[in-house]
This record gives sequence, structure tokens and C-alpha cells, in this order.
Amino acid sequence: MRGLDGRQPDRMWRSPELEDRYDVVIIGGGVHGLATAYYLAREHGIRDVAVLEKRYIGSGGSGRNTAIIRSNYLTPEGVRFYDESLRLYEELALELRFNVMFSQRGHLTLAHSDSAIRTMRWRAEVNQIQGVDSRLIWPDEIAAICPQLDVSDHPRFPVLAALYHPPGGIIRHDAVVWGYARGADGYGVEIHQETEVTGIKVDNNRVEGVQTTKGTIKTGTVLNATAGWCSLIADMAGVRLPVTTHPLQACVTEALKPFLDVVVVSGSLHVYVSQTDRGELVMGSAIDPFQSYSMDSSLTFLESLSSHVLELMPSLSSVKVLRQWAGICDMTPDYSPLMGFTPVEGFLIDVGWGTYGFKAGPVSGKRMAELIATERTPEILEPFGLSRFDSLELVGEKGAASVGH
Amino acid sequence: MQLQCPNCGPRDVHEFRCGGEVQARPGPEPQQEAWATYLYMRANPLGWLREWWFHRFGCQKWFIAERHTVQQKVRATYFLGGTEQGGGAA
Repeated sequence: MRGLDGRQPDRMWRSPELEDRYDVVIIGGGVHGLATAYYLAREHGIRDVAVLEKRYIGSGGSGRNTAIIRSNYLTPEGVRFYDESLRLYEELALELRFNVMFSQRGHLTLAHSDSAIRTMRWRAEVNQIQGVDSRLIWPDEIAAICPQLDVSDHPRFPVLAALYHPPGGIIRHDAVVWGYARGADGYGVEIHQETEVTGIKVDNNRVEGVQTTKGTIKTGTVLNATAGWCSLIADMAGVRLPVTTHPLQACVTEALKPFLDVVVVSGSLHVYVSQTDRGELVMGSAIDPFQSYSMDSSLTFLESLSSHVLELMPSLSSVKVLRQWAGICDMTPDYSPLMGFTPVEGFLIDVGWGTYGFKAGPVSGKRMAELIATERTPEILEPFGLSRFDSLELVGEKGAASVGH
Repeated sequence: MQLQCPNCGPRDVHEFRCGGEVQARPGPEPQQEAWATYLYMRANPLGWLREWWFHRFGCQKWFIAERHTVQQKVRATYFLGGTEQGGGAA
């Protein structure tokens, strides 16, 4: 392929041969794995790193999410963490010299019941104490921000209030993956696509190496960043995780003229809607109600999602759905991630990302890189260790994470 | 997808509530670690899985299903310690 000036476009990253040893092996070529590799190389000078991806980079959750970025969570630990990520996203295009199309158009979470209003007031208070722009607003202000919404008392579940989060928005998720990949590659990190991990060698409770479909690698440090597949990788190292894998479905409509410049979420109706810069409406829902590794789409999902979206925006009744898809999510009992060390020395995890992993990519990469380089858990990651399930110190984010994307 | 309720026969999966993986309950005086493992840790297999289901909009009984986590097939459903029934088709 040649550009308009007849020159061959530059390769974004190399495709090197797999070597037989690396300082660090990262399993999973999504935003978390690639961001960790990038910050390891850039901030800590650890460049002998291989990122192993069983298909192509961004083929898992990183390319299947609905690309919503926000930090209006429920617990102080969660809000601090996601807000650091949002701030990194704000600077990311400059950092990577790659347009990630971050559009901070505002994020509205609708309340349809008194209990939802209570949770949102709680979230707004926690958010404000942490310095996050987030407040509770009422139907007159909601109508001013998003006139497409039916805020009358006609729907079965009328809109009573909303949590408004102006810095929230949407991003081009593929661009984030490609930007981190190009950046990491530029510092000498090797990205190995179509390289599936088939085993992890553990000797005397210490990681010794990784077996892949392209050969065996010696390494003392392995990071599991495989989201929906994380239990299978952890099992290879003999580590058990508090994770069940559930499909999450989404769909996109045909392109419309720009008409919706805010992200609209309704926890009670299990929907979130935003309009991309191309004009398509991206819509998603809650996870499927039982665990599965299947990425099949279902008519049940499409029917229930459509009916709920039409309750919010009746004007969309003749819009056609272009395609639908599913990703698989590694759900934890408290809707918070699992990051850091495990009982097996040298086997690290950055998993349990459920339905909220993409928005946490930059902070996870940066802080996991710090953890690997310093061999100590950074303070901001301390609440998210695997050991919290032994000490029963859970970080309950269900009220803010279950559907609110 | 349909599930075969051992009591009511084949029904749409949305009549049921999934209760998660079948696992051994800790003894009468368990250590905290055993409880934490029982409550939170999961095998999360890719393949066949034994799990609890509850017929919420039917006979209100709990039973066990052997379900495949990729192919969306069910090969057997039965009450705990009871007789096996055929699985529902995907």
C-alpha cells in the first residue's frame, strides 16, 4: 500500500521473531498489557519486554467496549484511581503523538427511582470530596443538556434526576491500543501477535517461564492482563481468582447527523447510549445473567435494549441497527479489579476488569509498571490486591459500575 | 436457549436464575480462609460446568445443570442427589 505521495507508510510496530528469554512477559495485547509495556519502557527503562497476544492486538475487550471514559465512581479508592486514569487520557494524544479522539462531552446517569437518586447523591458527594466534577441535577437541567430525552411523566419509569459528570466522554478505543503499541515498540518492546500462551512454568512457587505456540520463553516476571480469559491463564500458574466470565453485548446503529452530544446512561433501564464522531449510535447493556466464554450475539439482548432506548428517546424508532457484537468480562464479587502480586512469586495480575477496564487502561499500565519496576505496590493500587478477599476488605463498586458506562 | 427443569420440563432460560458454580460447603466450624474461598474463589472453566439454577418463574426449586460455557449446551439437569434428566437444546 502506498500513500498519496507514493511513499510506503511507516510500520506502526515491528513483528520480530520470539526470543528465548525476556525480563518481563506480558500476556494480553489489549490496552492494559500494552500500556504497562509502554510505561515500563518509558518511565523505568525496562525494555526487554514481550507482549504476547493470542489473536491481534485490541481483539478482546479493548476493541469491544463502548469507549466511555468517566471517573464518577462510588468509593473514595475507586474515584481516585479512575480519576488518575481520566487525567492521563486527557494528555494521552500528546503523550503518544497519536490522535485518540477523546471527546469530553459530558456524561449523564439517569435516576428513575428514589433509591437511585440516593445512590447518585452519595456518588456526587464522594466525587466532589475527591475533586471530581460531578453533581446531581433535575429534569429541567437534564432537558437543557439533552433535549432528545423524554423527561415527561409519560414513560413507565420517568426520569427523576441525573448524575452529571462534565469531564466524562468517549474515545476512539482502537486508537488508544495502536498508540500505546506504537509507543512501546518505539522503546524496544516486542509485540507478538498470534502467539498464544499454552502453559506457565512454575518451580518452587516461582515463575520460571512461559510456553507459547511459537516456542518457550524463560522469564522471572509474568503479568496476566487477559481480562475475560484471566482465570485460564491464572490456572496455568496454579493461582485461583475470584472471577467469573460473563458476556457483555453491544450494538451500533447506522450513522445519523450529529444530534446527541452527551453520553446517556440509565442503570434502571440497563442502557447506555452515545453518538460517535462518525454519527453512529453506540449502545450497550448489562452483562448476560450467567457465566460464559461465548461471544455470540442474541436477539433477546437486542429486543430489550431497543425497547429501553426507545423509552428514553422515542424519536429513534425508525433508526436501523447496523451490527451487534459481544465481549467477555472478568467479573469480580465487588466490581473492583484485581491488581498486583499473587501467592506465586513473579506471577502478577492486572485482571478482574469486568465492564470497566478500558477507562482504567492508562492508570493501570502506569501503576503496574511502577509495581514491576520497584517490586512494591503503589499506594493507589493497595485497595485492589487479590488478598482483600482473604481479609474480607472488599471495595464495593456495584452501585456505580454495574451498568453505568 | 432452553433449560430442562427436572420438575417442569423444558423452559426458556429467562424463567430461571443462575446460582453459580457447585462447590463444597465448608464444615460447621470453618476457618476464615475456607469461607473466603467458598464465597469468592471460582474455577470459571472454559468447558463443562456444574452449576446451580433456580426455577424462579416456575416450581421455585433449585437444581443442578451441567452446562458448556462456550457452546451454550446443557447435557444434564437434576436435583441434588436425585435422578438425572435430559438437557435442554441450545
